[in-house]
Amino acid sequence: MNYTLKIWRQKNAADSGSFVSYKVENIDGETSFLEMMDVLNQQLVTRGEEPVAYDHDCREGVCGMCSMYINGRAHGPNELTTTCQLYMRHFKNGSTIIIEPWRAKPFPVIKDLMVDRSAFDRIQQAGAYISMNAGSAPDANNIMISKEAADAAFEAAECIGCGACVAACKNSSASLFVSAKLAQFALLPQGQVERYQRTLNMVQAMDAEGFGSCSNTSACEAECPKGISVKHIAMMNRDYLKATMCSEKVMS
Amino acid sequence: MSWTKDYFTSTIGRKFLMSITGLFLVFFLIEHLAGNLLLLLGDHGLTFNAYSDTMANNPIIRIVEIILFLSLIIHPVQALILTQRNRGARKTGYAVSKAGETSSWASRNMGILGSILFVFLVLHIANFFVSARFGDLGIDANGNKDIYTKVVDSFSMAWYSLFYIFCFLALGFHLIHGILSGFKTLGLSHKKYLPVVKSIGIILTVLFTIGFISIPAYFLINMII
Repeated sequence: MNYTLKIWRQKNAADSGSFVSYKVENIDGETSFLEMMDVLNQQLVTRGEEPVAYDHDCREGVCGMCSMYINGRAHGPNELTTTCQLYMRHFKNGSTIIIEPWRAKPFPVIKDLMVDRSAFDRIQQAGAYISMNAGSAPDANNIMISKEAADAAFEAAECIGCGACVAACKNSSASLFVSAKLAQFALLPQGQVERYQRTLNMVQAMDAEGFGSCSNTSACEAECPKGISVKHIAMMNRDYLKATMCSEKVMS
Repeated sequence: MSWTKDYFTSTIGRKFLMSITGLFLVFFLIEHLAGNLLLLLGDHGLTFNAYSDTMANNPIIRIVEIILFLSLIIHPVQALILTQRNRGARKTGYAVSKAGETSSWASRNMGILGSILFVFLVLHIANFFVSARFGDLGIDANGNKDIYTKVVDSFSMAWYSLFYIFCFLALGFHLIHGILSGFKTLGLSHKKYLPVVKSIGIILTVLFTIGFISIPAYFLINMII
């Protein structure tokens, strides 16, 4: 199959950037989107042109590196799919595919389709951990956890931090990401000790990075490749209120 | 009290303010619609005027009125602050966006819908509330202020009725997302109760839209016949 690609090219963060059209030919339907991009880059290298820079790592849908806003959708048109797990059979032969980087001020473009998502790392560093003494491994089942709680926490922990929630949100809100990172601890007994302090710290870090507010459009849930539920956002809101009103700690 | 400032200037805290004021306004609309439907009784507004008189002279209502006006100010002010922040969070937009595939139209246009409602409220309050409370209206057969005649006069202008109908449609779209969203913002999301809240939200939205539209529509139809 043949495609026309309209790709956002931007030399560096300071460059204004623009779309450039490319043609790729004889692409098999079983080719993944990133493999198709590799084919394009090989052509560019052969021609002596600068290849398109884009993030990728595991190509198994679990690392969260691949981004790309494809034809107006984060990670392309399919649900529960990262760009690396998106196949060319989903695109009509002869069609034009428009590829843009994530657009959000806290995710500045580094080059072409690569954005700097270290804002997510800083939010995690603000509280996405539990404090404990690292010794020998504790006995199994020392802390009883119900199957339901374990499953619910795991559901939240599935977040791969790809940033599709921010990219898809009309407000560039990071609420889904932050709430998932909070919920994976808040739903387990080990997460209770620092639960409210963690919520205060991470919400403040989220705001400090300049992400927008949540309008409950649920676009994030629809675009999340891991299907993280917006119910976690409600829990974050609840915990943030509790942390402010009930905790005796006063934030500096 | 820096912790209260921290909360109410955070994105979640501002949404909390929008949520409680918005839900209070929804609560108010139940009362407002119930009272306004008295206009359709066909008794030349005697019951409606008596009801308006009771409301105007009830001290509890006068106190709640202050909360009402505060809500009408806080809700749009917080919306403006957050909208400005949200716009700043995406300086460069997408060349192509298929937001319609992942979210509802109403949820993405709450600001525009809210702006229509704000313009409506300024005109509505200036025309009815100010003249009912401070204006020099006549007296009806029971000796109450004749607000009914003011209503009839206003809706005798077809454009005024049509403008009201348009604004109530905007209200419907605003509430179909707003009521459920308000509960989620407060953190009141529960597997058992959220579907109930959703259903109540839809029922209230339909009731408000049809109920409020019925009043200008009634006067419009009367004018045509």
